[in-house]
Amino acid sequence: MPYRKTELIKSVDWFTILLYVILVVAGWFSICGASYEYDSVGMFDVSGRPGSQLIWIGLSVVLIFVILMLDADFYDIFAYLIYAAVIALLIATIFLAPDIKGSRSWLVLGPVRLQPAEVAKFATALALARLMNSYGFQLDNVKHFLQVLAVIFLPMVLILLQKETGSALVYFAFLLVLYREGMSGYILLAGVCAVIFFVTSMKFSEVVIGATPLGMLIVAAMILFIILVLIYVERKNLLAVKVIGVVTVAGLLDGLLASFFIPVNYAYILIGVVGFTFLYLVALSVKSWTKHYLLIALFSLGSVGFLFSVDYVFNDILEPHQQIRIKVSLGMEDDPGGAGYNVNQSKIAIGSGGFAGKGFLNGTQTKLKYVPEQDTDFIFCTVGEEQGFVGSSLVLLLFCVLILRLLYLAERQHSVFRRVYGYSVAAILLFHLAINIGMVTGLTPVIGIPLPFFSYGGSSLWGFTILLFIFLRLDAARGERL
Amino acid sequence: MKNDTKYNLENRRYVIGGAAVVLVLLFIGRLFYLQLIESDYKAWADSNAFLKKTLYPSRGMMYDRNGKLLVFNQPAYDVMLIMREIQPFDTVDFCNTLSITKQQFEKRIADIKNRRLNPGYSSYVPQVFLNQLSAREYGVLQEKLYKFPGFYIQKRTIREYSRLIGAHVLGNIGEVNKKDVERDPYYVSGDYSGRSGIEHSYEEVLRGGKGVEILLRDAHGRIKGKYEDGKHDIPPVSGKNLTLSLDIEVQEYGEKLMQNKRGAIVMIEPETGEVVCMVTAPYYDPNLLVGRQRGRNYNELLKDPAKPLFNRAIMAKYPPGSTFKPTQALIFLQEKVIDDHTMYTCAHGYTFRGGKPACHGHGSPLNVVAALATSCNSYFCWGLHDMLDRCKYPSVQEAFDTWKQRMVDMGYGYSLGVDLPHEARGYIPNSKVYDKIYNSRWNSSTIISIAIGQGEILATPLQIANLAATIANRGFYIAPHVVKEIQDTPLDTAYTSKRYTGIEARYYDLVQEGMKNAVLGGTCRTARLPDMEVWGKTGTAENPHGKDHSAFMGIASYNGKRVAIAVYVENGGFGATYGVPVGRLMIEKYLRGHILEESKWIEQNMMNAVVSPIIPWVMNGKENN
Repeated sequence: MPYRKTELIKSVDWFTILLYVILVVAGWFSICGASYEYDSVGMFDVSGRPGSQLIWIGLSVVLIFVILMLDADFYDIFAYLIYAAVIALLIATIFLAPDIKGSRSWLVLGPVRLQPAEVAKFATALALARLMNSYGFQLDNVKHFLQVLAVIFLPMVLILLQKETGSALVYFAFLLVLYREGMSGYILLAGVCAVIFFVTSMKFSEVVIGATPLGMLIVAAMILFIILVLIYVERKNLLAVKVIGVVTVAGLLDGLLASFFIPVNYAYILIGVVGFTFLYLVALSVKSWTKHYLLIALFSLGSVGFLFSVDYVFNDILEPHQQIRIKVSLGMEDDPGGAGYNVNQSKIAIGSGGFAGKGFLNGTQTKLKYVPEQDTDFIFCTVGEEQGFVGSSLVLLLFCVLILRLLYLAERQHSVFRRVYGYSVAAILLFHLAINIGMVTGLTPVIGIPLPFFSYGGSSLWGFTILLFIFLRLDAARGERL
Repeated sequence: MKNDTKYNLENRRYVIGGAAVVLVLLFIGRLFYLQLIESDYKAWADSNAFLKKTLYPSRGMMYDRNGKLLVFNQPAYDVMLIMREIQPFDTVDFCNTLSITKQQFEKRIADIKNRRLNPGYSSYVPQVFLNQLSAREYGVLQEKLYKFPGFYIQKRTIREYSRLIGAHVLGNIGEVNKKDVERDPYYVSGDYSGRSGIEHSYEEVLRGGKGVEILLRDAHGRIKGKYEDGKHDIPPVSGKNLTLSLDIEVQEYGEKLMQNKRGAIVMIEPETGEVVCMVTAPYYDPNLLVGRQRGRNYNELLKDPAKPLFNRAIMAKYPPGSTFKPTQALIFLQEKVIDDHTMYTCAHGYTFRGGKPACHGHGSPLNVVAALATSCNSYFCWGLHDMLDRCKYPSVQEAFDTWKQRMVDMGYGYSLGVDLPHEARGYIPNSKVYDKIYNSRWNSSTIISIAIGQGEILATPLQIANLAATIANRGFYIAPHVVKEIQDTPLDTAYTSKRYTGIEARYYDLVQEGMKNAVLGGTCRTARLPDMEVWGKTGTAENPHGKDHSAFMGIASYNGKRVAIAVYVENGGFGATYGVPVGRLMIEKYLRGHILEESKWIEQNMMNAVVSPIIPWVMNGKENN
């Protein structure tokens, strides 16, 4: 294979590096704001957090240098090895890590604490890219698809075993990559539906009208509606839509009639209609011999099954603190002194920033430690309070531009390996952004994951730096191989 | 087909990129809501971070008319606690230190936590556990405080008195109630304000202005220093000092004379309306209503049948008796019902109504000066008869209302506006009252007892003293007041402007003549002093509560200093029995500053006289408490 050596200085994407530098510097200033003590050491003192973050940043520069100096092929060649090493590290962590705030994810080496989960992301991305780049790989091949899932979910399970739910959830980001590489959009749709069904049935779970639980009724109606849309979009079968519509109306009218004599649960009527639809779709698929109807039928079955398992999942699988976090974010419980404390104080911090913010080091809410974890997971509060709407929106826009830039870079790659890796980087950043900002602004439940480049901590900063710069190294070499 | 799929897949970047854009826009929308729409968060953050510590000003002090300090402040110590900072400690030791029981301790803690009783409760904020420790209790606790984390001591000031006198006039301070807090935004629950007396009526002058210190408080309630180095702090403004018109020597002497009696002494400087002394008996030790035992003591005082809390000098409505006669003389003279030569007869009584009301032995017929000197009942009955029944006015009603208006102009029937709360207005009826009682058929005979200050007529001792002042001034008075000067503030014009009675000065000369004769050879002979000019009028007021009240109204001058006085001793009998001697001693004490040797026996008699024995603890709280 012919090589054309290019100069790294010229071919590396300086625009992304600029965004990186801006975010890291802004992050450092936020940490100064968040960890500022009225009566304490200076910002550059290494015993304080701004000082030690400065060390992590310095070491990141060294890392960047090393990453960029290595040959681009190195990452392709060693992808599986790196992955294997990280998996081994994750397994070791489960056994070696001490219990810190209920999680066993930190390896303690003398004064240094390392969170392997943070570096597992880039390793997984590399392995996934390598796998999908392999010769003859087809995503719609069941065996290959299962391999992909294994690569993704192995570290996820290991991280779950470390009781780091937040970090584990990030691995769902890879589904976006798979989507780009040809996975059916319906799997993402199913995921979105699952979240919507879950939230709706939880949110309205305590509202009962007559004999009808409102949450169940709404979800059943949504399931039915999605089925009808799917039938129409996929097969343009108006007749089937009409049949199901008529059955629904007839069922509801029967219910209305019956309600004069006995209390009627309309949700069950709709679920009955879904059951009818399931049988009807199975019949149609046999008749017309297409798998579309069968898939829709499976979707309806799965949805109903999910609906009935929500309570079980919520009450028996989730931990009590997770249940409360979800309830708080759904507004079902108001507990400003307890579980809702973080989010409430975080909203106060952000909300009190107003348009232009209180100014650097002038935030009272963060200075006086009202927001727990304010220099790690809740770092965005400091931005919101001290820089106001202007500053915090700017940070969000920078992230948006970075992600879009990464998508653009990923698309211009010629090899699947680099594109998949690039998408992985973008998807992971997007996921972190969604969960972290959603959490601090009180939109999503409290799931503790860091804000990339901002949150205090070496593991997190290095994890994202490695993740990003491997891609920049790959991108810089895009012209080398002809 | 393959190319088509690939093309489609490339388009999926727009889905992913679009998701990123939508997400960021959603978050910016959320920020927009939190930071720009919802306005509560700022206030929330401020209330989190800023501990606004109130700095209490020192309350204004009170001096007597000679500049002697009477009321000042002493430090007291409140035990505060911050619930959140409490750690397990030896409660037995703690309770013993504060001399409270374990039950009291537990009840207090429960009360603090009860949000219904204590709406502002927060486990981060200091709460009052026990208030007003004495310096000694404070000292004991201070040594052990390190053993009780979460407990603090807050210094505040309470009242102290240089002499234990004048409790009714000075008033006292107590915790504000819910209504005060609603009415005046200055107060917050737990503040103190004047509850009675001068403390109440001059509350806004005495209290000063609270200051505020803005401290930064972290999430654990710890103070992290002053906000912006105290740039926004407001220092407290001390309350203004008052100079009272009271003379504490005279006040103290008056209280001594009135021990074991009920009644009042009021002395007014006629030229200025300044109240020189205002003695009410029974009185109480003002210290009883200071400090931790205030609530208990207050209830004891309230239950006491002698009503020690009742400020008789301005609140008691007595029949004025014969001290009323000068007003009658003045009205009759002014209304030309009589002149200085008019003579009426008296035959041991008012002959027009068969000898009722009765009178005592003196020459007859007699003129107005002699009638005042001898306190002749018949004379004033005749006068009222001539005024009401002689058809000088269109009707008896109009005649009576003219009379009533004259009375009101002389300061009766309405409160005089003294600068103390709860002044009673006395009672002077108008014609409608009698129309109602007697179905419009009445004349002077029906209501004859008002001519001699009995019947429906009621007046406060202050009003009687004020009458003496108008006589001394020959026709005007200045609203009586107990505060002479307010630091850096002019006195209310109500206490500097003259109010005229509408009666010509020359008629006052006749009344003065009569009162002078009463002292020289009439009913007030005991008040005669070798070196002073004293004019007086006795009163012996019949009342439904037993023995007659003994009253004296007088005017005295000495070396250019003048004073008007009213003495009222409940159930003391004849005016000459207690009223006149007490009045004489008070006049001496104030005008000369000391009591002549020849008066000492009167002093002894008065001080030792027991008219209405009083439960001793009230009068001398300090010894018995």
